[in-house]
Amino acid sequence: MRVLLLALAVAAVAAAAPAEIAPGDRRSGYDFAGPESRAMQDDDTANPGMLGVLQGEGLWATKAGGADRSCADCHGNARTSMKGVAARYPALEPAVGSLLDLEERINRCRGEHQGAAPFAWESEDLLALTAFVAYQSRGLPIAVRGDGELQSFVDLGSELFHRRQGQLNLSCSQCHDDNWGKRLAGAVIPQAHPTGYPVYRLEWQSLGSLQRRLRNCMSGVRAEPYEYGAPEAVALELYLMARARGMALETPAVRP
Amino acid sequence: MARVLINLPARARRGEIIEIKTLIAHPMETGYRLGPTGAAIPRDIIKRFLCTYNGEEVFRAELFPAIAANPFIAFFTVATESGEIVFSWTDDHGETQTEVRQITVE
Repeated sequence: MRVLLLALAVAAVAAAAPAEIAPGDRRSGYDFAGPESRAMQDDDTANPGMLGVLQGEGLWATKAGGADRSCADCHGNARTSMKGVAARYPALEPAVGSLLDLEERINRCRGEHQGAAPFAWESEDLLALTAFVAYQSRGLPIAVRGDGELQSFVDLGSELFHRRQGQLNLSCSQCHDDNWGKRLAGAVIPQAHPTGYPVYRLEWQSLGSLQRRLRNCMSGVRAEPYEYGAPEAVALELYLMARARGMALETPAVRP
Repeated sequence: MARVLINLPARARRGEIIEIKTLIAHPMETGYRLGPTGAAIPRDIIKRFLCTYNGEEVFRAELFPAIAANPFIAFFTVATESGEIVFSWTDDHGETQTEVRQITVE
């Protein structure tokens, strides 16, 4: 009887606190992708995400809005001015007191400094410009900190990551912390580190944002996806980036 | 103009087999998908790809709706002499995009 109780207690503890992935065991989605997808990502002339980077480079230098200014007019050469920026996002915007991801940051810049209409969420232009900015941080370690004034946002993201939801009643953590490396139907379950966004996903046949990927997973567990730009979605992005702190950025990554 | 990435060596030895890799931004819309209103999205694909080396055709491909967006085409040819390698993609509307690259053969 005592043994049974002990076993139940151990099981309860295990169920209540799913094991976080040890830093040494963290692996990018790249490691779970097939050799063909990896080869595609490694060769800049075969990586279709580079078409987005190329388009973003054009947009960077294009004058827009009432101010008739381009990104380059203020920020100069993106190779130096944008280096490391994507590794620090999502970040807190002191002026508005809310958390912004890179896409939202770009759109705010368009509105405030160029006087231009924001790009639509998930539009080709927004993804291209984001990919171009994030590309400048390729190879740099993710530097999002989860403490200080960001603590409450990370806590929210963490809570959402571990919360069961949807008709399948699954949390993100049950797949990506507890069962990574195993298979979900034909696909290997990765650890959910956002190391290469915007990614070129072969299934989408286009670049897509981390928020789009999150919405995908949520509809997969039959939950109602967050709207683009919802505070929950950005908090989840922040939590994932803080969780992947120190891992190298790969933008534009190629994923199946 | 669609964005294009072409990878070929700038220099090669005479008689060397070289690999040429091309990638072009294109939706490759199949014509079988339905839009938000239920109407079919019209087909829009690249139908033909052609590569000439100093005017001589060295590679040609016909493309079909089952080919994914942003088609990537890689092939080999023999570096015979210095000159121009011309790539052209022709789509359903009959529009052709042409790109020219130089190669030096020693």
